[in-house]
Amino acid sequence: MKYNAILYNICILLAVVLASCDKKLDRNPINTTTAEDVFSTAEGTKQALAKVYGAFALTSSTATDASDIAGIDAGTSDFLRLFWMTQEAPTDEALCIWTSDPGVMDMDNITWTSSNVLLNGLYNRSIYQITVANSFLRETSSSTAVAEDTLAVYRAEARFLRAYQYWVLLDLFGNPPFLDENSTIGKEAPKQISRADLFDYVESELLAIQDQLLDAQTNEYGRADKAAAWALLARLYLNAAVYTGTEHYGDAITYATKVINSGYSLHTTYSHLFMADNNENNPETILSINYDGNYTQNYGGTTFIVNGAVNSSMSPSSFGIPGGGWGGLVARKPLPLLFGDDYTTSDDDRAMFYGTDYEITDESSFSNGIKVIKFTNKNSDGTTPTDASTFVSTDFPIFRLAEQYLIYAEATLRGGSGGSTSQALTYVNLLRSRANTTSLSTVSLNDILDERGRELYWECFRRSDLVRYGLFTTSGYLWPWKGGASTGTAVQSYFNLFPIPASDISANTNLTQNSGY
Amino acid sequence: MQRKRCLQAYLTLLMLVCSMAAFAQTRQVTGTVTDEKTGDPLYGATIQARGTNYATVTDSTGKFQINVPGNASTLQVSSIGYASKEVPISGPVIRVQLTAFASSLDNVVVIGYGTVRKSDVTGAVNTLTTKDFQKGTVTSFDQMISGKATGVSITPNGGRPGAGSTILIRGLASLNGSNSPLQVVDGAPFDGYVNPNDIESVTILKDAASTAIYGSRASSGVILITTKSGLRGRPKINFNTLVSAGKVSNYVDVLNADEFRTLVTDHYDETYTALLGSASTDWQKEIYQTALTSNTNIAVSGTAKWLPYRISAGWLDQQGVLKTDLMQRGTASLKLTPSFFKKLLKVELNVNASTTKNRNANQSAISNAVIFDPTQSVNGDYGFGDYFQWLNADGTPNTLASLNPVALLMQQNDISRYNRAFGNLKLDLKLPFLPDLHLIANGGVDRSKTTGRTILDSLARNAYSATDDYTYRGSNHQYESDATNAFLEYTLNYTRELPNIRSNINAMATYGYYDYKSEWLNFATYDAYGALWPNTTPTYANGLDQHTLISYVGRLIYTYDDKYTLTASFRRDGSSRFAPANRWGTFPGVAVGWNIKKENFLSDVAALSDLKLRLSYGLTGNQDGISSYSYIPSYYLSNTTAMYQFGSTYYQMYTPSSYDAGLKWESTRSSNIGLDFGFFKNRLSGSIDLYRKYTFDMLSSVNLAAGTNFTNILTTNVGNMSSTGFELNLNAAIIRQKDIDWSVNFNTSHNESIIEKLQSTSASDKGVANTSAGVTGATGNYIEYNAVGNTPNSFLVYKQVYDAATGKPIEGVYADLTGDGAVTSGNDQYFYHAPYPKWLFGFSTNFRYKSITFNTVLRSNVGNYVYNNVAANLGTYALVALNGQLGNASRDIYNTGFAYRQLLSDYYIQNASFLKMDNISLTYDFGRVLRDHINLTLSANVQNVFTVTKYTGLNPEVYNGVDYQFYPVPRVYTLGLNLNF
Repeated sequence: MKYNAILYNICILLAVVLASCDKKLDRNPINTTTAEDVFSTAEGTKQALAKVYGAFALTSSTATDASDIAGIDAGTSDFLRLFWMTQEAPTDEALCIWTSDPGVMDMDNITWTSSNVLLNGLYNRSIYQITVANSFLRETSSSTAVAEDTLAVYRAEARFLRAYQYWVLLDLFGNPPFLDENSTIGKEAPKQISRADLFDYVESELLAIQDQLLDAQTNEYGRADKAAAWALLARLYLNAAVYTGTEHYGDAITYATKVINSGYSLHTTYSHLFMADNNENNPETILSINYDGNYTQNYGGTTFIVNGAVNSSMSPSSFGIPGGGWGGLVARKPLPLLFGDDYTTSDDDRAMFYGTDYEITDESSFSNGIKVIKFTNKNSDGTTPTDASTFVSTDFPIFRLAEQYLIYAEATLRGGSGGSTSQALTYVNLLRSRANTTSLSTVSLNDILDERGRELYWECFRRSDLVRYGLFTTSGYLWPWKGGASTGTAVQSYFNLFPIPASDISANTNLTQNSGY
Repeated sequence: MQRKRCLQAYLTLLMLVCSMAAFAQTRQVTGTVTDEKTGDPLYGATIQARGTNYATVTDSTGKFQINVPGNASTLQVSSIGYASKEVPISGPVIRVQLTAFASSLDNVVVIGYGTVRKSDVTGAVNTLTTKDFQKGTVTSFDQMISGKATGVSITPNGGRPGAGSTILIRGLASLNGSNSPLQVVDGAPFDGYVNPNDIESVTILKDAASTAIYGSRASSGVILITTKSGLRGRPKINFNTLVSAGKVSNYVDVLNADEFRTLVTDHYDETYTALLGSASTDWQKEIYQTALTSNTNIAVSGTAKWLPYRISAGWLDQQGVLKTDLMQRGTASLKLTPSFFKKLLKVELNVNASTTKNRNANQSAISNAVIFDPTQSVNGDYGFGDYFQWLNADGTPNTLASLNPVALLMQQNDISRYNRAFGNLKLDLKLPFLPDLHLIANGGVDRSKTTGRTILDSLARNAYSATDDYTYRGSNHQYESDATNAFLEYTLNYTRELPNIRSNINAMATYGYYDYKSEWLNFATYDAYGALWPNTTPTYANGLDQHTLISYVGRLIYTYDDKYTLTASFRRDGSSRFAPANRWGTFPGVAVGWNIKKENFLSDVAALSDLKLRLSYGLTGNQDGISSYSYIPSYYLSNTTAMYQFGSTYYQMYTPSSYDAGLKWESTRSSNIGLDFGFFKNRLSGSIDLYRKYTFDMLSSVNLAAGTNFTNILTTNVGNMSSTGFELNLNAAIIRQKDIDWSVNFNTSHNESIIEKLQSTSASDKGVANTSAGVTGATGNYIEYNAVGNTPNSFLVYKQVYDAATGKPIEGVYADLTGDGAVTSGNDQYFYHAPYPKWLFGFSTNFRYKSITFNTVLRSNVGNYVYNNVAANLGTYALVALNGQLGNASRDIYNTGFAYRQLLSDYYIQNASFLKMDNISLTYDFGRVLRDHINLTLSANVQNVFTVTKYTGLNPEVYNGVDYQFYPVPRVYTLGLNLNF
């Protein structure tokens, strides 16, 4: 019967389809792979290590308008851009005039709150890199894809980068949540660690990995070695009194000396340290964040610093950014004044400025303020990198020899054991003579602060320095627009430490806010 | 476990099929079936001996001949469009007259997976048919029903041809999931394009008891589209064509050239006054055009022998008001509804196909036209074709400057082709031995493909490498994607009248499989001379996204005595978007209806013609709006522009993705109470509904405890949201006479949605930003936030302080809401209104005098607020001259006098309540012309007639609440011709 035949066929079809029903619910993405596959090859493991580093060089792994972290503009979510905004913009060295951008005005004026978008961004960026490092350590704990000694170095570098970001959190936020490779993804909220305990942790990690890292200057460019760990230890110890109340100046001298004796030397030309080809012939930089106009693109990093400092009337082409020049970052008056009343007459090579408008009468005005042209996307021979337009190829030194000289000098002057005043003076004068300026005959703590200003300005040291000198919040030193007043005013001392972002306070009930906020 | 269930379903089925019916002795009955009113014979009417499988259909003269079992006493006679009738077999010849429904849909309502008698509807359901639809240049179904359906907000996504609308049914049900209703076309869950001319009815299911049958897909309501079917008899042809002209009715209010010159001269020195040009250009007038549209459709419908068919074709040629925007779309549809084996097997085949060619204008011309210096002329030699562009003093292009809007349009040629075909085949089998049981198989496929290429002229200012030597100029980028969706459903439907116990049973069980797959290719970009633009080579050549749903559905509708109806439904859904442990969700629904008018105590109340109470409760789920693979931990390689350098080698980075292994269904519980009423023989009828929706395990983007995932904000199941609302729908046939006919519809609804919980319940928590509604004017500002105690996407702003004497806002001065002596970000920001209307009103009226028909639709939203980002961005003195260029200002600058942007001031949050006349039309019906062969109708129509609002921007109807670069919705004048023969 025809009709029944149709019925019969339909029933068969029905049965076939129903029988295969559940499997269809397992759908997997393409263009992705599993942790197991990534860490089963030496190449994959190294590409995963690249992300542990890349987390502080790029906003995402996809595009310049995407980000690993959320709640902030993607281009702004870069580590260095945010670190710069917190370490430079609130100080006497710099001012950001994009005051309509969220959080900027509060950073300029030291009036931030726990809901500041930039602080939220930096905090999450640092913890993101820590999370990626933790996951690398977890996934490689029993890996056999890479030779044992190579893997040990990779793992030590991941721990170094984690320690570096914990130092950032220690310095800026004090009491962050604590996670290590035993903290798994998607599980319970982490516990808070106190500033003193975090100091101990960072110290212990750096001490533990110093022997596993490769010797100074023997690793590939861009990867951390022993000297990087010592340089961070020296920096950590210099600020120990701020972090824990206990001085470690002798240790600062010890580790600065280790770095100084590791074979680095000052670059003969100061300005070449901040140019597009600073990855080549550079004996001074210990570890840098690497950028490239073609391969490592990001709206933060040195792209932000160079484009931010240059505006369209300064001929962006002459800074290697023919397609850029955003003009939003300027120096506050005290910075050029470190080089005398008129920086153009200074013999100091480090006085790298543009313009004559010292006074900032309006924090939002694009015409006020001296421009800083220390960082550029030009090569040292005057050429521009191939296809350069907006993105900058200049690598950013996070550790360089000059800082270690200054740590030695300051720790010595602060009474650290193992250093000598004459050696301190020598080191300071080495920097001055490299800059082709006159030597000092004596050196005081205040001279060190000024020398740090001249040598390290716009390199993300200033807020920490002013805090260590007790000048960041007090009336002992006022600079234009400090506290939001055009001539400067003191602010409450709790601003020496940033608040834990409100978003994490509400998401993680283990956290207690820093006092004052 | 699932396998077992599958087996059970199969066995049950098999048993039903394999049992056999007994045969008995028969006798012959003949007769005719005619239309009661006209006396016309009815072709294709079904005649069946009740309780048997003996059936036949009438021939073209309405005659039938049937063998019935000796004991058969009653014939059931039915025909599409007519009320079914049971007649006793009183002799060998029987004459039957059937009564036509005024419209076939008046008495049958399409619901999920079937139809029910209107009197059996227990949920909140809105049905609109051809007579209700908006007329004129209507190119999609959402335009037809705007203002007509109670509780449905339809906001156009701008005026671009084919832009579509954002449809919200009863407000929001989700923050991150989708809030778009599920669209079902003739039983196929595809959101493909249906030519409005082919649509017979649109049914909107609003409450959970109606939508729970669609389970996981129905939290935001369901829109059922039913297309027109073939008519009985000889072919009928409908031909209609219209031409229309659309004009921009309103421009953004910026300064004219003279005002601008004065402003620059008054506020700036020689550096910038030197930049002023001598022209007087209204850039907005330069970029817009009168948009001409023609739309022609032809449909043939009839029955060829045994095959009822409807076939249609349409051609739409629509310009956009933005110059160079053009859409050309051809559509074709086919519907076949034959029956076989004496109507035991009913077949329905639907095919909808469309091919669209678009030239896509560069929409950034809209914002650039608003901002561009009105003193410059359009043309000139600046090195980028014959167009004015801003240059630096050294002659290089100023990369921070805005771009000549006319050049943006003319130097871009973006042509895309979009082909889509979807259709379904439905087989409805009645078992000969058990005619009350239907076995229905319904399957369909939806295929679409987009191909296109964006070409920017070699002299385009927006496509050159800003390198020292302009290495690359122009651009040529190809794109291609396609999608394949498929579904298959098996349904058992059992309907049974049980007159002895005055009961009616309609039971149904369905298995459904739904698969959605999209694929795309990634291409590099080349310059106009064929050179590869650096770093545009994609890491992966193609992409794929696929998700699958499997559903088991059951429903019982039980009616007792035509007075009491109980509907109970159950759906179990499995989604590939969740890990196996969380994959399945169960979504039940229950509803009761009480036809009070049928109670004895009301039988004497003559004025009351209808009164029915409806109560419903149900649970629905949602998994739309999240990515297909977000529960799976995975690694991906970074792009070639995101590599990290070790030594002299750049490494692509293996990057862990964030994921939530515990992701599960978002669920919405909702309850509805409704009353349908009719007075004076239903001359006045309507309904009232009250509802409450409660969403839990809500898919929300929330801050994670830092360090617990590879991101800090993740979409996960956190939070609750509630919505409460009220709906009223009134229809009145005020005059119903031979020459004059006047009817009115009024509908209103109120909805209030509140977030009750996110990860924190603290009212001081400002929540998480809606990053899809960014603020133009500074980097990284958001103005809409989701926070506990507020409507979703509420504006988070500072409270502006005004000068008591002048009433003007004081720049940068905001209220210290915390009273701590300082105005700080976050702490002193407060939630001030939201983009969603609190009240919706719709009013339409239809007035006919003899052959002339007039109708109009008015629509009003009340309580919706819009952020006027145009004024906030351009209403400042200091930014008129900046970075070596000049840019126009909003006229609002005279009201504020602001030097700098005050982007987050509540000054710019404006009440955008409005009253809009959507449509006004006049139709003349010439009746039969050309020797009575053709029915001719002419119509004239205006759409977007006027808008009354206090909102100062271009258009108060902005779908995401942030008004910037809004494509104007034109006023459209249409002339139409309609022929039937």
